[in-house]
Amino acid sequence: MALLEVDDLHVRFNTDDGVVNAVRGVSFEVEQGKTLGIVGESGSGKSVSTQTITGLTRGAKVEGTARFDGMDLLQATSEELRAVRGIKIGMIFQDPLTSLHPAYRVGWQIEEMIRAHKKDVSKAQARARAVELLGLVGIPNAKTRVDDYPHQFSGGMRQRVMIAMAMALNPALLIADEPTTALDVTVQAQVLDVMRRLQEEFGTAIVLITHDLGVIAEMADDVIVMYAGRVMEQASRRDIFYANHHPYTEGLLASLPARNSSGGRLLPIHGSPPSMINPPKGCPFAARCPYVFDRCIEEAPPLEEVFGNESHRSACWLSGQKSEREADRERVRAALLEAEKMEGIA
Amino acid sequence: MTTTGTEPLLRVQNVKKHFPVRSSSLFNRDKLFLKAVDDVSLEVYPGETLGLVGETGCGKSTLARCVTRLYDLTAGTVEFGGQDISTMSRGELRPVRREMQMIFQDPYGSLNPRRRVGSIIGDAFQIHKIDDSKGQKRRVQELMELVGLNPEHYNRFPAEFSGGQRQRIGVARALALKPKLIVCDEPVSALDVSIQAQVINLLDDLQKEFGLTYIFISHDLSVVRHVSDRIAVMYLGKVVETAPSEELFEVSRHPYTRSLLSALPPADPDAAEQRERIVLVGDIPSPIFPPEGCRFHTRCPKARLDCAEHVPPTVPAFDDPPDHVMACLHPLKQDDELSDFTPEVADSEILVEATLQDAIEEPKP
Repeated sequence: MALLEVDDLHVRFNTDDGVVNAVRGVSFEVEQGKTLGIVGESGSGKSVSTQTITGLTRGAKVEGTARFDGMDLLQATSEELRAVRGIKIGMIFQDPLTSLHPAYRVGWQIEEMIRAHKKDVSKAQARARAVELLGLVGIPNAKTRVDDYPHQFSGGMRQRVMIAMAMALNPALLIADEPTTALDVTVQAQVLDVMRRLQEEFGTAIVLITHDLGVIAEMADDVIVMYAGRVMEQASRRDIFYANHHPYTEGLLASLPARNSSGGRLLPIHGSPPSMINPPKGCPFAARCPYVFDRCIEEAPPLEEVFGNESHRSACWLSGQKSEREADRERVRAALLEAEKMEGIA
Repeated sequence: MTTTGTEPLLRVQNVKKHFPVRSSSLFNRDKLFLKAVDDVSLEVYPGETLGLVGETGCGKSTLARCVTRLYDLTAGTVEFGGQDISTMSRGELRPVRREMQMIFQDPYGSLNPRRRVGSIIGDAFQIHKIDDSKGQKRRVQELMELVGLNPEHYNRFPAEFSGGQRQRIGVARALALKPKLIVCDEPVSALDVSIQAQVINLLDDLQKEFGLTYIFISHDLSVVRHVSDRIAVMYLGKVVETAPSEELFEVSRHPYTRSLLSALPPADPDAAEQRERIVLVGDIPSPIFPPEGCRFHTRCPKARLDCAEHVPPTVPAFDDPPDHVMACLHPLKQDDELSDFTPEVADSEILVEATLQDAIEEPKP
């Protein structure tokens, strides 16, 4: 049994403009000690999904189940959830400055977190643990730095403090929501390194939410690609990059400058994502998809196994047979090239 | 892009920008300076794209604002089209400003939310008193069409556009006066990848059509690699290496360039597993008290004793072509691996970290 099993999650928000259907039927599993990467653009529902699981989306209408450690997190009371958050599920967010209290020393904040959940830990023990944790995430001079305030740390160091805090009680699951987005690449490398090391050492499962496919390629074991509140494709890391099925995944990869080094034109995905207030009734990607045909507009495709691979699923009406999908690719590529040429002439 | 023989459009020589900061100690009344840009020289040739990369706080945005004279310089000269603009007054700068424009990172913050798109783009015509209002509207709508916006949206407010479309408004505004040089300060950093590609292609098309010259600032190396003809790498207020893009990615000489490039996770699992990853130790030092000698020596695996004493000159390494220059006393050979070296300077953070790691006890589970 997987550590976390999310099934058919729906999240809706009431806003002045109407009901926003932020998440529309998302299912995934996270295995012990593995990293699940969730990738998607702004507004795809990737953060809302995980925040809902941990009870952080107040006022949302939630449906579905999220089984973690024998309980359904979506049915749990706030008391029960508090006993899970921080102890069994650690969380880190994008912006480490707003996640830390500016007026308290970081050591105090870590101690507080430990003592809030474990009443039998003495102050001295908690402090020793705080120093140990800061050392563990690679903060030099942990013994003295423990008494510093958040503003005295750089962005990368603050994110390490957040990781230290999230890992304080050895959670089974760490939810990292864009943990390195605000950081420079060299600092990002340091932080990813720390996360990987801790995972190896403690066997923590990680849900890594990011829009950066480079981070996914480096960290994830399995990947889900989200778009407009739905899972578009779900596969192992290698399959997502080398044998993807869904046109959205294909489009995302093709629009990366790195995949198409210097010179040549990038292949952007035309248009922009649909509004989640009135989501289209068919496939949400249909309006931007070069492969689109009538059925896509009429009917939303289910997430189904493709390429005869049990762990590879895609929500697309295109054939799940490898050879036929390749033929589709060829056809569209030729059409796109032709269109580009015509544009050049005009 | 060949650069030999042509006169540069922009020549930056020994530019410094120091910001005064308040001294932290009550008893030490000496004025302190944050050396955001410290002795930078570079050239930009007509029709090319110069990429400027570096991490937060390396001075790349400050340099851009010095070049466009949004800041006054502390020292050095900026020549634009053969004309020294470094000490010009606001009035003297006005005609120059027509020819150099900027595009900013934040498509939300850089457009006035209370003004209609038409008047935001048309501002430049107002300021420079070009055309009557009827002619202006036509020109603005032409610009909107040029950047892929619907000209009928002339009267809309910025809030009615998506992030990518807003960035197109920013591009249209920069293009209004047909500038020669556009300084793009992180123009696609706030956009999703699929939208990012649309804007990059747009900038590319406009460059071809109007022969524009770009200075393209970004922290995203793969974007810079894609758009730039040449790239300058900055660290702590200095340019450490400049080279044609592909050459920089193939044979980087400066250890900082090498570590920066290695830190970029490629969107490719095989490449991710194979690459040499150099994880830099520690943080970027304070630009108020930058390290003596080479500024990177405190974090450089290859630092030697002389690195802490001498400021390295900017020259080609080994028998590199003259357009590939770097500032390192001990440049890397192509097959050198940074991880094979150990620093020899006393104030190396790498050595400090190593002793600390040894001291940490085995963590209790």
